[in-house]
Amino acid sequence: MNLSFDFSFYNWDLISNFILKGLYFSVMLTVVATLGGIFFGTLLAMMRLSGRKWLVVPATIYVDGMRSIPLVMVILWFFLLVPMIIGQPIGAEMSAVITFIAFEATYFSEIMRAGIQSVPRGQMSAGQALGMTYGQNMRLIVLPQAFRNMLPVLLTQTIILFQDTSLVYAIGAYDMLKGFEVAGKNYGRPIEAFVAAAVVYFVICYTLSHLVKRLHKRIAIIH
Amino acid sequence: MIELKNVSKWYGSFQVLDDCSTHIEKGEVVVVCGPSGSGKSTLIKTINALEPIQKGEIWVNGTPVHDPKTNLPKLRSKVGMVFQHFELFPHLTVTQNLTIAQVKVLGRSQDEARKRGLKMLDRVGLMAHKDKFPGQLSGGQQQRVAIARALSMDPIVMLFDEPTSALDPEMVGEVLDVMVSLANEGMTMMCVTHEMGFARKVASRVIFMDVGGKILEDCTKDDFFGNPDARQSRTKDFLGKILQH
Ligand SMILES: Nc1ncnc2c1ncn2[C@@H]1O[C@H](COP(=O)(O)OP(=O)(O)OP(=O)(O)O)[C@@H](O)[C@H]1O
Ligand SMILES: [Mg+2]
Repeated sequence: MNLSFDFSFYNWDLISNFILKGLYFSVMLTVVATLGGIFFGTLLAMMRLSGRKWLVVPATIYVDGMRSIPLVMVILWFFLLVPMIIGQPIGAEMSAVITFIAFEATYFSEIMRAGIQSVPRGQMSAGQALGMTYGQNMRLIVLPQAFRNMLPVLLTQTIILFQDTSLVYAIGAYDMLKGFEVAGKNYGRPIEAFVAAAVVYFVICYTLSHLVKRLHKRIAIIH
Repeated sequence: MIELKNVSKWYGSFQVLDDCSTHIEKGEVVVVCGPSGSGKSTLIKTINALEPIQKGEIWVNGTPVHDPKTNLPKLRSKVGMVFQHFELFPHLTVTQNLTIAQVKVLGRSQDEARKRGLKMLDRVGLMAHKDKFPGQLSGGQQQRVAIARALSMDPIVMLFDEPTSALDPEMVGEVLDVMVSLANEGMTMMCVTHEMGFARKVASRVIFMDVGGKILEDCTKDDFFGNPDARQSRTKDFLGKILQH
């Protein structure tokens, strides 16, 4: 086996032709899935904490169900099933966006559930005593505090999510990993391409983790 | 103005309020005392329906609180409440704490709410702290802001649930001073407190609750403190214990 790597083929042309397009999609998918996941995750968390059976049961089944299936299978099934349900094909990218929102919502819902529970009950009572409705209390009093308390955990989940976006590989969506793969193929250097991909994922995630840690410390000081 | 008729409440099979009846007239200051776990907090929270009841009737200014059809947010906006642990909103500034419910519940404009809120803040002597966050204030200051927040809503009655019991001793006075001045201005008040000095100074009536959620005494202040022979033995025991301190 010849282990002498040659990275000389990495130049700006290659990066802009193959990698940036993929990086753009990976970042876009991460951002959209985070925002959508937090939105629907918060709804799921509120359903589970509502104490009303007709809300608790479906939300619990959904969350526990999704979390018991490997993400890559969910991605594949969505890609195969959704066109059958809506009667027309959707692109791999669109399918990935929908899947990630639906899947990540379950993880964000667990985080937001813990966040809501971290806000003392008295806060809700105080809001109620001032005449605010349940909705106003949630929106203006409880969720902002839950969100603030959970910010480091939410960001950590986003980093994991960024890594997981590479799984869209399974349905052929063009993400950053795919970009490296295509570049590697074109230049006949597949191993170097995957090594470079690993380095880029590592640098991005390590830097973000480090930033989250510092944020965590700052929040701890403010409290 | 407030009337409780034969109010009972259970947590599961455990009874916390047992056939409680009393009333508060406009301008009265009623002090509620009694041992821990006797249901004082529960009783006061039934008045703005933070605690639902299973039996009896509660009327506030002609509104039936016990009626499921009653618009509770509207009722609560007229009933001020001050909690043991202040419950200011930590993510909002003092000014935002004072204005949020005025804007969202009463529909006042930001300007109007701010004016009203700052006037109340001034009255509790904390104008200098209007832009701080609650976490930057001492306990006594936080409780005074909480009182100002309730007053900003122009309540018809103020409910206090042990407003000074979470405070360091040197901060109790500043909060009681605000409450005394409120009472002297004719605010209708119901206060759960063990500050008997406060009760002697401004209370119209004193209610004593005993374990099991029963109202054992409900009499005028002069009767309560001045006529010990007419008191139940449980009341005398309790007074003996807390007056020693
Ligand atoms: N959510 C609840 N579930 C079950 N029991 C409760 C609940 N809240 C209160 N209780 C019980 O009801 C009784 C009355 O409680 P409450 O808080 O009204 O008493 P209190 O007189 O205010 O006491 P304290 O002086 O300690 O504040 C207590 O025995 C308490 O344990
Ligand atoms: Mg209590």
